[in-house]
Amino acid sequence: MNVTLTVNGTEHTLDVPDNTLLVDVLRGQLGLTGTHVGCDTSQCGACVVHLNGDAVKSCTVLAGQADGAAVTTIEGIGSPDDLHPMQAAFRDNHALQCGFCTPGMIMSAIDLVQKSEGLDEQAVREGLEGNLCRCTGYHNIVKAVLAAQQNMAQGGN
Amino acid sequence: MASQNGIGAAVKRKEDARFITGMGRYTDDLGAHGQTYAMFARSPHARAKIVNIDTAAAAATDGVVAVFTGADLKADGIGDLPCGWLVKSKDGSDMIQPPHPPIAVDAVNYVGEPFALVIGETLAAAKNGAEALSVDFEELPAVVDLASAARTAQIHETVPNNQCYDWELGDKAATDAAFEKAHHVTRMDIVNNRLIPNAIEPRAALGEYDAAAGSHTLHTTSQNPHLERLVLAAFVNVAPEAKLRVISPDVGGGFGSKIFVYAEETAVIWAAGKTRRPVKWTAERSESFLADAHGRDHVTHAELALAEDGEFLGLRVQTIANMGAYLSTFASSVPTYLYGTLMAGQYKTPAIYVEVQSLFTNTAPVDAYRGAGRPEATFVVERLVETAAREIGMDATDLRRRNFIQPTDFPYETPVALTYDTGDYEASLDKALAHVHYAAFAQRRDASEAAGKKRGIGFSCYIEACGLAPSQVAISLGAGVGLFEVGEVRVDVTGSVTVVTGSHSHGQSHETTFAQIISEKLGVPFENVTVLHGDTGRSDYALGTYGSRSLAVGGSAIVKATDKIIAKGKKIAAYMLDANADDVEFEDGSFNVTDSNQSLTFAEVAFAAYVPAKYPLDELEPGLSEKAFYDPPNFTYPAGAHVCEVEVDPETGVVEVVQFVAVDDFGNIVNPMVVEGQVHGGLAQGIGQALLEHGVYDDTGQLLSGSYMDYTMPRADDLPSFTVDTTTTPCTHNPLGVKGCGEAGAIGSTAAVINAVTDALGVASIAMPATPETVWRTARGE
Amino acid sequence: MYAFNYHKPASLEEAAELMANADDGAYLSGGMTLIPTLKQRLASPSDVIDLSGIEGLSGLSLDGNRLHVGAMTRHADVAASTAIPALADLAGRIGDAHVRNRGTLGGSIANSDPAADYPAAVAALDATVHTNKRSIAGGEFFTGLFETALAEGEIVKSVDFCVPDSAAYEKFPNPASRYAVVGVMVARCADAVCVGVTGAGACAFRATALEEALSADFTPGATDGVAIDDGDFNADLHASAEYRAHLVAVLTKRAVARLI
Repeated sequence: MNVTLTVNGTEHTLDVPDNTLLVDVLRGQLGLTGTHVGCDTSQCGACVVHLNGDAVKSCTVLAGQADGAAVTTIEGIGSPDDLHPMQAAFRDNHALQCGFCTPGMIMSAIDLVQKSEGLDEQAVREGLEGNLCRCTGYHNIVKAVLAAQQNMAQGGN
Repeated sequence: MASQNGIGAAVKRKEDARFITGMGRYTDDLGAHGQTYAMFARSPHARAKIVNIDTAAAAATDGVVAVFTGADLKADGIGDLPCGWLVKSKDGSDMIQPPHPPIAVDAVNYVGEPFALVIGETLAAAKNGAEALSVDFEELPAVVDLASAARTAQIHETVPNNQCYDWELGDKAATDAAFEKAHHVTRMDIVNNRLIPNAIEPRAALGEYDAAAGSHTLHTTSQNPHLERLVLAAFVNVAPEAKLRVISPDVGGGFGSKIFVYAEETAVIWAAGKTRRPVKWTAERSESFLADAHGRDHVTHAELALAEDGEFLGLRVQTIANMGAYLSTFASSVPTYLYGTLMAGQYKTPAIYVEVQSLFTNTAPVDAYRGAGRPEATFVVERLVETAAREIGMDATDLRRRNFIQPTDFPYETPVALTYDTGDYEASLDKALAHVHYAAFAQRRDASEAAGKKRGIGFSCYIEACGLAPSQVAISLGAGVGLFEVGEVRVDVTGSVTVVTGSHSHGQSHETTFAQIISEKLGVPFENVTVLHGDTGRSDYALGTYGSRSLAVGGSAIVKATDKIIAKGKKIAAYMLDANADDVEFEDGSFNVTDSNQSLTFAEVAFAAYVPAKYPLDELEPGLSEKAFYDPPNFTYPAGAHVCEVEVDPETGVVEVVQFVAVDDFGNIVNPMVVEGQVHGGLAQGIGQALLEHGVYDDTGQLLSGSYMDYTMPRADDLPSFTVDTTTTPCTHNPLGVKGCGEAGAIGSTAAVINAVTDALGVASIAMPATPETVWRTARGE
Repeated sequence: MYAFNYHKPASLEEAAELMANADDGAYLSGGMTLIPTLKQRLASPSDVIDLSGIEGLSGLSLDGNRLHVGAMTRHADVAASTAIPALADLAGRIGDAHVRNRGTLGGSIANSDPAADYPAAVAALDATVHTNKRSIAGGEFFTGLFETALAEGEIVKSVDFCVPDSAAYEKFPNPASRYAVVGVMVARCADAVCVGVTGAGACAFRATALEEALSADFTPGATDGVAIDDGDFNADLHASAEYRAHLVAVLTKRAVARLI
């Protein structure tokens, strides 16, 4: 079947089998390998992207469900020369080690901060319950999200 | 030089730019033209004979390229997966290593063991083909319970009583004598729960065969690609070493589980050669649960003998260690040389005797997982010490101080075969107690009590042997490989530097910290240093990353190579400046002639090295590229004090970690930001073991905790922010004075948590993980 | 995933027709349970019928003391609503943020997962489930483990809940999956006290013994000594039946404490 997706601002019409997952379209057909797959029960959050502005697990969305939607992936929010405040905060606070969970974590954190005000440590921890990290113990991720909240409030994205 | 990006600076990581923008390249991100997909057919039974596998329907399935069984690999000369460490039993006999074909041939011995692989044009085709296999299994009773595994059905024909070895360490007679004169003996039965590593990137492999060159290339998620190549070439016979290149690209965490040589990548690279097509496999998480090597899983009885004043007189430990169904790559060494040798802990216990019986069961193989043996040893020692303090009515910190090895005692030879080079255990404990406000704990406990909660505090003063390892010591104890590391420093013509290391980074930040070392030693700007790793085609044979060794061993190799660079640079500078080489000094990135104002920058000397206009080439080769192998003279001994404070809701059994303080002595520190991050991650895993994580099989050998629905991974809201600090006694025997920090968090923390929970509940012991129901029942006195 | 035909009908009639014509059809709402099931090849429907293209199935509206929630309303939208704070609180604790951005009320209750959160509210808030064919009383909707009163092909259109005088939801999450080991909603409507329990049994139910005790004396202590029969309760790695029964009592008590 054909699906049309606007991914990181570019419209694509793609012919995919009916049982295709959004994550497979992103990784396989569009080569956006920054979105990762870390589990098969929709829990690890490595695959999180924004679908029409909401953080979702792209491993649990069929391509057909996303037909007509706008998708933003980690590749769409900033570049090494022009980082999103959340990306910068992850770097500045050493909020990543192996980097595998990082794209999903950043996409979740952006959605969390954009939809909440005045998050404290506990609220950030609860807000990130859908993303697993095995490296950092979350300590520096929480620091980074709190720091990014400040920067985003001050005019960042 | 005191560079802002040199040793000791909290430099932001080079790696991050690609990871935070989605440009990391992990194995599953790679593809090859004409790529096929492998699906492994896995045993649904914990123990069964394979009577027959009918592959006809699978082979006829749409899109299936090939179907291979274990018999096919065997017929092609593919050998067994070996274990690299020979442990001997008490009677001097060698451990028994059962045959471990990568793909099962005659029998399957754990749920998830692969018995065939199907190669498809698509993953769906491979899966369809695997489902079409018709297999006739003859089920046999499974051996699952570890404590009774020596007395039940025999799993392997060659292994009576399912016993791999029955090992001992220490002086039995002296230890028994110590117990004879004890004033008090503390006795405990301890179960160290099975863990499943769960790096967030699942294992993966992409095998390619270049028919023109007759060579294989394997991209895989390995912590040590050279070891992978050695085993695949020399033991498994996939291809000659020189015709096999193993590349570990970005790897998403390892924690030990990606050290080992597994069935899947073995079969994938072999199948690429057979099918003349690239073959790719990426584990689904359910496969990771079933078939990654698990960790821990001990049953122990331990006893500590004390004099009336609390002096430790002797320690006796009897452990049964679970090997799972087969010996994984380093499995035999974990409960022996990485466990028994650590039983002295931080204490002057004069007599120690450890017995370890390793048994096979019908469960996934068990091997090194972050800490590997040392967390288990710390758990035994620190649970015993804390319990002894409670039994004799002494403050748990005072009892530890009474027995600490003192700074003046180093080098200190333990009764269990190690020689600690340096340390100051009391300094770490003092600092930790200050951070945790120990003096005010009683008030906090009262406040909790008033709110209907129970508060407890627990300590753990751990030591670990890291920086694996002095090759000759390890080889004399059964290691099948040397354990040195290689570092190559290539100075480019323009003075930038490329470092090639045999260590691999899968989160540890080598690209940053190794560049800091170069920047410090050679005065080269940090931005001008590139670190390459993870490719047998780039670096010399080396041993890779495990056992908190990368900086202490790999970093030392790099320092040795920079020393050679400097020595050669001095000679070049001497010729250029018409000075005597002995009069040239290197400082802050400049070669200076002493007592003169003559000097050359590092970049000028580098350029001269490659444009050798002014020096005699018969005496001095052109170029400025040096390599060094470093074999450590001893282990390093990171140590520290961890303190955990918990609040328990007795009504539900929920344990909240309200405070966790870790004060560690890692020797000198290259990048404190990175070190803190390593500690945080280790703490999460150690706390996870204590409260959340448990690999559970049922009586028939089915894995019950086989997904994130049932295996409790620590999440952000399960953990507190940590207080992490350090003390410093530099390692005395490596050029950086570093000890290693990768495993400490996981080694020290678990005992501190359980000591805190048992303190809160006022009980002697509790099963791990201390889940809400377990705590609730324990609080009720069950 | 096995191969299937994907459909996105524009009307309930079209959806029902697609289902009737399918060899083995499955409705897809948020997909938070169905898609993981498909991925693991635990189900092999011939046709997957996505209900998200049908107008009028989502949104909340207040009608007197009934709150009307469309079946395709996402958990995140219920969590952000204000009419029944306890229902918003419950919805805000389902799964994680990503699940709440996709998962729907209708999908949740039609699946009748014993550990889902919404069924506690359906039981406690005098709910009525409206389908494309009829209305079903909340108390009759859940019939067993993953079983409901829905007939073959029947589609949940909406659920309406009574707006209680006060209500509170207490959840003890499974530490691994974050589903409810036990979830209890206590609601007061006029003089009646309702206690809806999820997680403990094969499907959600009302704890009548607790309701009687609380009707007589709405204090946390009133539930002490009320026997909770755990004979049919679930037991798994994380909680025995006995512990679940204990949690039902504790959570009820805590919910009551929040309401007085």
